[in-house]
Amino acid sequence: MYAFDVETPSSVAEAVAALKDEEATALGGGQTLIPTLKQRLAAPEKLVSLSGIAEMKGISTDGGVLTIGGATIHADVAAQGDYPALAALAGNIGDPAVRNRGTIGGSLANNDPSACYPAAVLGTGATIVTNTREIAADDYFQGMFTTALEEGEIITAVKFPIPEAASYQKFDQPASRFALVGVFVAKTADGVRVAVTGASEEGVFRWSEAETALNKEFRSDALMDLNINAMNMIGDLHGTKEYRAHLVKVMTRRAINAIG
Amino acid sequence: MTQVTMTVNGKAVSGEAEGRTLLSQFLRDGLGLTGTHVGCDTSQCGACSVHVNGKLVKSCTMFAVEADGAEVSTVEGEADEDGTLSTIQQAFQEHHGLQCGFCTPGMVMATKSLLAENPKPTEADIRAYLSGNICRCTGYHNIVKAIMAASGQDVSAIAAE
Repeated sequence: MYAFDVETPSSVAEAVAALKDEEATALGGGQTLIPTLKQRLAAPEKLVSLSGIAEMKGISTDGGVLTIGGATIHADVAAQGDYPALAALAGNIGDPAVRNRGTIGGSLANNDPSACYPAAVLGTGATIVTNTREIAADDYFQGMFTTALEEGEIITAVKFPIPEAASYQKFDQPASRFALVGVFVAKTADGVRVAVTGASEEGVFRWSEAETALNKEFRSDALMDLNINAMNMIGDLHGTKEYRAHLVKVMTRRAINAIG
Repeated sequence: MTQVTMTVNGKAVSGEAEGRTLLSQFLRDGLGLTGTHVGCDTSQCGACSVHVNGKLVKSCTMFAVEADGAEVSTVEGEADEDGTLSTIQQAFQEHHGLQCGFCTPGMVMATKSLLAENPKPTEADIRAYLSGNICRCTGYHNIVKAIMAASGQDVSAIAAE
């Protein structure tokens, strides 16, 4: 790693002030950023650690909405009982040690195209809360490693309207434990939402044809005649574009069957 | 350089750290606690696993300054002062849960964390929990046996080689 300073603010206001420095980068749990720094793929002069900010941690439920602080670790999300599909997703990210450091805000700010949380946020129709505004999930994800966040903007919380039913089905890439393909299906107040991670070169996306079919008939067979175009899928040594396109349908059907 | 103070295995310690100093470097090079091993240095192998405020973490993927004020436990804190091994260490020895021993400090710390959360894990629970701890010698078989034994369970069911 190149040399840098690490600041450890204890409030959002202090962190925002520290991030005004244009050479500064926010550090969440560091489970992606620290390996990236070691490879010298990033060279910030200053890191602003968000993991010591108490007001960004914790989980609460009010009026059917689950609110998770941006610096909340995966293990704590896995332990909550109000949104079981989200707990199951969080409990299957990485490994136990990673789940004790990695945070929901860090994962969403990074927006890895194979990460699990983006599928839950887009699939639930959650709201990203930052130090300056609220961003709807449909406006937040803007392509691989790209989000609506402005320079220096911090995810302070995520609000999930708890759906009637939901399931996340992940086909693990066994070495990285990221999703080779993961599909989040939720029956929400506004209809069925289907969000796919791990598959597209554009990052997480909603499979709108499947949503239309499932709003008519919530059965896995409703997808029989649908196919995803393989053209924009990720193709690598772990799976071809066509294989990933096939997995999208398989994992969506599994999620529907898991909801029952 | 920043002065970092923490409690390691019950003793207050302090030392200087750069921003980029990893907790693993601080423990090994700063405090001389070389029981914490650095295998891959890419947060995959888990040899560097320690507990920070009671939680299992990979010390190569956390900065020392982030552990300022924390309670840290490493494998050096496992045995008694007189050298008597902990139940987990004893079980690893008795069931030959190691060959080269490089991964063992991380395995022991992960086991301690597993048994605190789940005192009677099944074989499947154990294998799932160790997904972030890589052993390249044993094929995990004797590690799983050792952990079953450390949790006071019968190991004969998984004794078949």
